[in-house]
Amino acid sequence: MSDIAVTFRDVTKQYRFGAVSSGGVKNFLLHLPTHLKGMFNRSSFRALDSVSFEVKKGECLGVIGNNGSGKSTTLGLIAGVLRPTRGTVDTDGQIAPLLELGAGFHPELSGRDNIILNGVLLGMTLRQVREKMDDIIAFSELGEFIEHPIRVYSSGMVMRLGFAVAVHIDPDILLVDEVLAVGDREFQEKCLKRMEEFRSHGVTMVFVSHDLGEVERISDRVALLNKGCLVELGAPGETVEHYRRHFHGI
Amino acid sequence: MPLGCQATRQRGRCGPCLERRGPMRVESRKLLAYYGDLVRVLVAKEFKVRYKSTFLGYAWSILHPLAFAGVFFILFKIIVRLEMKHYALFLIAGLFPWQCFQNSVNASNNFFLGNNTLLKKVRFPRFFLVVAGVLNDLLHFVATIPIVLLFMLIYGKYPSLAWIVGIPALTIALFLFTYGMSLLVATTNLFFRDMERLTFLFTMLWFYMTPVLFPLEMIPERFRWMVYANPMAALIVSWRNLFLEGTFSPVLFATALGWGLVVCLVAQKLYSNLQWRFAELV
Repeated sequence: MSDIAVTFRDVTKQYRFGAVSSGGVKNFLLHLPTHLKGMFNRSSFRALDSVSFEVKKGECLGVIGNNGSGKSTTLGLIAGVLRPTRGTVDTDGQIAPLLELGAGFHPELSGRDNIILNGVLLGMTLRQVREKMDDIIAFSELGEFIEHPIRVYSSGMVMRLGFAVAVHIDPDILLVDEVLAVGDREFQEKCLKRMEEFRSHGVTMVFVSHDLGEVERISDRVALLNKGCLVELGAPGETVEHYRRHFHGI
Repeated sequence: MPLGCQATRQRGRCGPCLERRGPMRVESRKLLAYYGDLVRVLVAKEFKVRYKSTFLGYAWSILHPLAFAGVFFILFKIIVRLEMKHYALFLIAGLFPWQCFQNSVNASNNFFLGNNTLLKKVRFPRFFLVVAGVLNDLLHFVATIPIVLLFMLIYGKYPSLAWIVGIPALTIALFLFTYGMSLLVATTNLFFRDMERLTFLFTMLWFYMTPVLFPLEMIPERFRWMVYANPMAALIVSWRNLFLEGTFSPVLFATALGWGLVVCLVAQKLYSNLQWRFAELV
């Protein structure tokens, strides 16, 4: 077993602006020649451009950059829901993506039912979820709300529930995409503590955030993305400083 | 150690399947058990969500198809005065399996699209969303079989031995064909959003082309071969023969099963070619 958890080798991800998906069948048939031409010669957007890096096991990598710089695409590639256009992405270990608000939750189901649904979707067996149920509920601090449907929750409460499930999977790799922003200060603190705990247990983390202070605090290294290119990868202090100086507020 | 995604490797071009995983740390039996849990949880979700906060709750799974049957009964028996014995029983014996098919296929437009946030973030075999959706309708159908039995008893008919083979066999055939069609529609709808409208029109047309409301014998002799060309005709006639005559025709069953397998293969092929783009499309 190597000590590398995530490897990006020369990864390029291109999104195609769909000739296929936009106009529907009627337009597709009416403008068949254009569409067929478009299939081979389609406009595309390069979300990541020849990005290479490695994340060691137990390391916490912070990813920063302006909107549209390719942060979420990077996480999608690690999670394995996207396929690179060129290059390879290797991952080693159980991955738990910390879902954005309410993703994978059903608003009509109770918090408890959603824990089961989400836990199994993220890779736990039913038995494992049931064993951890009490811990998850306790961590979420939702109290009696756990029996109520999610639709009555505040956004902070939904986030708590999502975080509570994700951290109880005992993942090898935890992906965090800008989710802590909605929690109150106290719960954010609790999450960060938990992430530091994870780090000391050797869990690998990839952490996307716009809160530069947070990034500096928990990352071992920080990657700075700009327009799909990896601009800098290095110590948190320097990289964050670089970002502040050159890109912030553009 | 949780199951699910383990070590993976993805390359450009040569295309990974979301199910095909690298060196697996857990043996496949555990993985199967996990997939079993996944299906259970997804079906339970559909079941709970469907009638959540309705007054009648699960009773709808029986009332809804019955109400439909009532409408057709009034139309054909009372207004059109169709000359048929046991028409109420005839109607529900064909209508219930048909509705299972039609509901699934129509709903399948949203099996992937409706779970967009999940597709974008979590890696799991996506076709389980379709499996769960179809199983949900199949369970609703199985729950209506006692109603058919009740109508049989009212008309003085009794279950036959053929049921022991017939019910499981036809349930499997119905599942396969419905699953295949649903997977096709669910996948295609991600690329052509028109699919939803087309599916509704198409299933309606298909309904009237299939001998659900009328017996096969009413179709002119020279079109009678369509029972082999239309897998739903083979299925509906089979279910009806089983309930009304207590007979099970292996030929019709083989027809339906064969069609089911073909559609499943085509759908699975399409799905595995396109699934890696799902997260980009939803």
